[in-house]
Amino acid sequence: MVTGRATPETSRGRVHAQTAKIRFILIQNRAGKTRLAKWYMQFDDDEKQKLIEEVHAVVTVRDAKHTNFVEFRNFKIIYRRYAGLYFCICVDVSDNNLAYLEAIHNFVEVLNEYFHNVCELDLVFNFYKVYTVVDEMFLAGEIRETSQTKVLKQLLMLQSLE
Amino acid sequence: MPAVSKGDGMRGLAVFISDIRNCKSKEAEIKRINKELANIRSKFKGDKALDGYSKKKYVCKLLFIFLLGHDIDFGHMEAVNLLSSNKYTEKQIGYLFISVLVNSNSELIRLINNAIKNDLASRNPTFMCLALHCIANVGSREMGEAFAADIPRILVAGDSMDSVKQSAALCLLRLYKASPDLVPMGEWTARVVHLLNDQHMGVVTAAVSLITCLCKKNPDDFKTCISLAVSRLSRIVSSASTDLQDYTYYFVPAPWLSVKLLRLLQCYPPPEDAAVKGRLVESLETVLNKAQEPPKSKKVQHSNAKNAILFETISLIIHYDSEPNLLVRACNQLGQFLQHRETNLRYLALESMCTLASSEFSHEAVKTHIDTVINALKTERDVSVRQRAADLLYAMCDRSNAKQIVSEMLRYLETADYAIREEIVLKVAILAEKYAVDYSWYVDTILNLIRIAGDYVSEEVWYRVLQIVTNRDDVQGYAAKTVFEALQAPACHENMVKVGGYILGEFGNLIAGDPRSSPPVQFSLLHSKFHLCSVATRALLLSTYIKFINLFPETKATIQGVLRAGSQLRNADVELQQRAVEYLTLSSVASTDVLATVLEEMPPFPERESSILAKLKRKKGPGAASALDDGRRDASSSDINGAVEPTPSTVSTPSPSADLLGLRAAPPPAAAPAPASAGNLLVDVFSDGPAAQPSLGPTPEEAFLSELEPPAPESPMALLADPAPAADPGPEDIGPPVPEADELLNKFVCKNNGVLFENQLLQIGVKSEFRQNLGRMYLFYGNKTSVQFQNFLPTVVHPGDLQTQLAVQTKRVAAQVDGGAQVQQVLNIECLRDFLTPPLLSVRFRYGGAPQSLTLKLPVTINKFFQPTEMAAQDFFQRWKQLSLPLQEAQKIFKANHPMDAEVTKAKLLGFGSALLDNVDPNPENFVGAGIIQTKALQVGCLLRLEPNAQAQMYRLTLRTSKESVSRHLCELLAQQF
Repeated sequence: MVTGRATPETSRGRVHAQTAKIRFILIQNRAGKTRLAKWYMQFDDDEKQKLIEEVHAVVTVRDAKHTNFVEFRNFKIIYRRYAGLYFCICVDVSDNNLAYLEAIHNFVEVLNEYFHNVCELDLVFNFYKVYTVVDEMFLAGEIRETSQTKVLKQLLMLQSLE
Repeated sequence: MPAVSKGDGMRGLAVFISDIRNCKSKEAEIKRINKELANIRSKFKGDKALDGYSKKKYVCKLLFIFLLGHDIDFGHMEAVNLLSSNKYTEKQIGYLFISVLVNSNSELIRLINNAIKNDLASRNPTFMCLALHCIANVGSREMGEAFAADIPRILVAGDSMDSVKQSAALCLLRLYKASPDLVPMGEWTARVVHLLNDQHMGVVTAAVSLITCLCKKNPDDFKTCISLAVSRLSRIVSSASTDLQDYTYYFVPAPWLSVKLLRLLQCYPPPEDAAVKGRLVESLETVLNKAQEPPKSKKVQHSNAKNAILFETISLIIHYDSEPNLLVRACNQLGQFLQHRETNLRYLALESMCTLASSEFSHEAVKTHIDTVINALKTERDVSVRQRAADLLYAMCDRSNAKQIVSEMLRYLETADYAIREEIVLKVAILAEKYAVDYSWYVDTILNLIRIAGDYVSEEVWYRVLQIVTNRDDVQGYAAKTVFEALQAPACHENMVKVGGYILGEFGNLIAGDPRSSPPVQFSLLHSKFHLCSVATRALLLSTYIKFINLFPETKATIQGVLRAGSQLRNADVELQQRAVEYLTLSSVASTDVLATVLEEMPPFPERESSILAKLKRKKGPGAASALDDGRRDASSSDINGAVEPTPSTVSTPSPSADLLGLRAAPPPAAAPAPASAGNLLVDVFSDGPAAQPSLGPTPEEAFLSELEPPAPESPMALLADPAPAADPGPEDIGPPVPEADELLNKFVCKNNGVLFENQLLQIGVKSEFRQNLGRMYLFYGNKTSVQFQNFLPTVVHPGDLQTQLAVQTKRVAAQVDGGAQVQQVLNIECLRDFLTPPLLSVRFRYGGAPQSLTLKLPVTINKFFQPTEMAAQDFFQRWKQLSLPLQEAQKIFKANHPMDAEVTKAKLLGFGSALLDNVDPNPENFVGAGIIQTKALQVGCLLRLEPNAQAQMYRLTLRTSKESVSRHLCELLAQQF
């Protein structure tokens, strides 16, 4: 298969419809356990499972000297590893790599502040809150809010509600 | 700052999660889950009404179980109930459950509309956001139908909170992308643009995404966003690192918003207003200047955020492609990154430079980095970085550095990763052809490719070298000598045997004078490889042998011996057996003259629309060049199809030995991509046994088909093309068809070839052929101007359900179309089941910097898959009666739009695809036809009757088919033709 970067839009893949810039956000640990999966386009459950496995296979073989970007079907994955967790965002090939790489970090900093030194277990036990954090910062496959102060203020306000 | 403790609020949930984590085995986990499911079920079914808290807790547990990968078949109603709670935490869990599970249960959506409506109207910003997020997360058409009209109101309402506006903007974006027809444009659109001025940067961040999406479809309606975006951008980039407070990220002011604004501007050409443009250029320069300043922080976050803006700025500069100064500055900046210690930056610099290389202003500047790039190709650890380096070398290649680049790529190929070998092979092959100054270099290069990476040399590549050698008599002797030497290697690749076999069969006589390569030596060299080769190669070699008999009569006895051997004459493979039998007979019965005629040297391959070959020829002399150019211009201005037909002489000269050489019969290698098979099937229908009738000239039909065949990759760019079905842009990305699209489509209902579209810039010609449920279509795009089209991108889009009804494989075409030039695109079509609407053809390109786009209906209608059926009157009436259900019949009475001429009508009906049955209708004035629509899934029998009434100038058309929708559709299509 030809995967010329200059012509990404025609490389073969099975992800069809175009609905969002971010196609999905995944948080996985090294063993491949999913800690968060947020989908911005319609996939059926089998397809989701396949994507999760593929992303894990693609990302975990890379080391620190590699880039934080990897071509994936006809998209690309921007990812960053934090301790044992991989934070992955799948976007269009033409999207801005560094902007999404830092969007991941911005998100991680918010989680860290919100959960006070976030660790993997926080994401497990508070999975339903992680979704709220995601929705504050990303919506409809787009970056919604980037100010950590604003996001945390909103999260604390929600936290205080019953 | 208060933090969240583990599972606070829901103890039972935390306990359950702990239990699951403590399970030692999958079985234990399933057991624990089943226990919990039973517990929850009993609670939900119990007599006691559950309080909100318990309901929330249990729904949350169910959600957790679902996320572990187990099916959940109850609890939906409880989740829906949670939506009407007036407690945030309960509502949130309800909405979350629905957003996560909605894929598996779309029934849910109908149940929740009411709750969402209430929340949207609640004036409670928290609840409104929950509802908006739910709509955005689900994003289904049903949601669009229910809420698309409300959301613009919320978005622009003066009293909406900022956070609500943010969510509303993106929610609307989602609905618009899912179902653009449901989002009405209106006076709100102007107010949306003004959100770019909003005080709240978060609102601007969300709004820019929405505007970027909307303006792609309605660029004119949103034009005012340019100046607003420019002034916003200018304010951000010129602000000090701490001015924007909350929106400063590691000393970089609003990096994400800047990137989004820069992307929005890439939807438009450079601003027309001089003041706006000046301000923008100033901002771009500021970004470039800041890149040179010392970093304000050592953290990678700082440099990433800063460089995110820088790369987007460079993208915009490249997009405008009009500011030489900025382009060169961008190139220099990227040049610095090429040696940066961050792999990410090296990668991105290579990638970005690749696009800079195609700009005339920066091409030379890019070339100065050749040594660094070659070094990257050799030393980078990450294969994806090496790949970008290869891409860039390819992009920066021109005549001045082709030899260096090709030799570096060849060297790299020896150690290249398997993943990118094929790509490198294609690139080398294209560059070698494109920039060949002498053809011996080209031949050497391709043979080297086969030697180094034979497995990755696709058939297009070796077909091409054969074409070129066949067409260039000055290189034939050299090619024969070189392949002969290459075949001496003890282990040579099968592709080398193929190329060698073909070339020696054609031009072995040119080296036969040397005793070291005398005919018997040539033959035994080839034959020593024979037994190790695949059937396809052996078939080709048999053809070489029969050609040897003609070239070198002294080898006749030996070769006849080989052909006569039981292993050939009784070969289990029918192709080999047939060739052996026929060649043996041919060599025994035919006179020398006949042999010489039949086995004559291959005629030159017609060089239609091979832009690269045209370029090569142009170097040969001004005379040839102008003749060629004239021919091309004439063609594109008069008849676009005429240009690509081979001249009559080339059609009639091809000796039938074209088939003998097995190119046509050679089955595609197993590794060939599956989509090609549709095309091959089509060819198979027509290709007789290769040696079946060697003495007959091709019939006109065969001549047409021979053009369709794979061995001659017409456009070298096709080498890089891969079938691109998945990358079709969704229907939301293309505009509506041009107003005359239907009329244009109608012209093609009864014919397959002609000019589909023409305006001042572009002419699109069509040539197509259909057999059974398969079709192949050639589209010819002619640039009528003298200016190059850039980013030329024709794509085929399947609206609605069409994807499941019709498969269209397209090959990509070159992204540049020179002035006066024509490019060709091949479409392989397979009809999967009956369909009503044709696919759309979207053509986008840039002409003089301005984006052009055009959407047409592709002339593929269901009747193209008609197979005519002859039948006697009796059969016809019997079947007519069988199809007598009211829905099976469609009838139309209509006025004649054209003169009523029986011959024309006949031709149209035949063109429509059905057989015309004589002596069936008692009234000889009437026309009766029959045929079968062939689709992959089903066949639809069709009978038709057309009754002209010359006096009234009217027709009555009746269609009967076994499928209601087909009857109606055929009737409508055909009725418009008379």
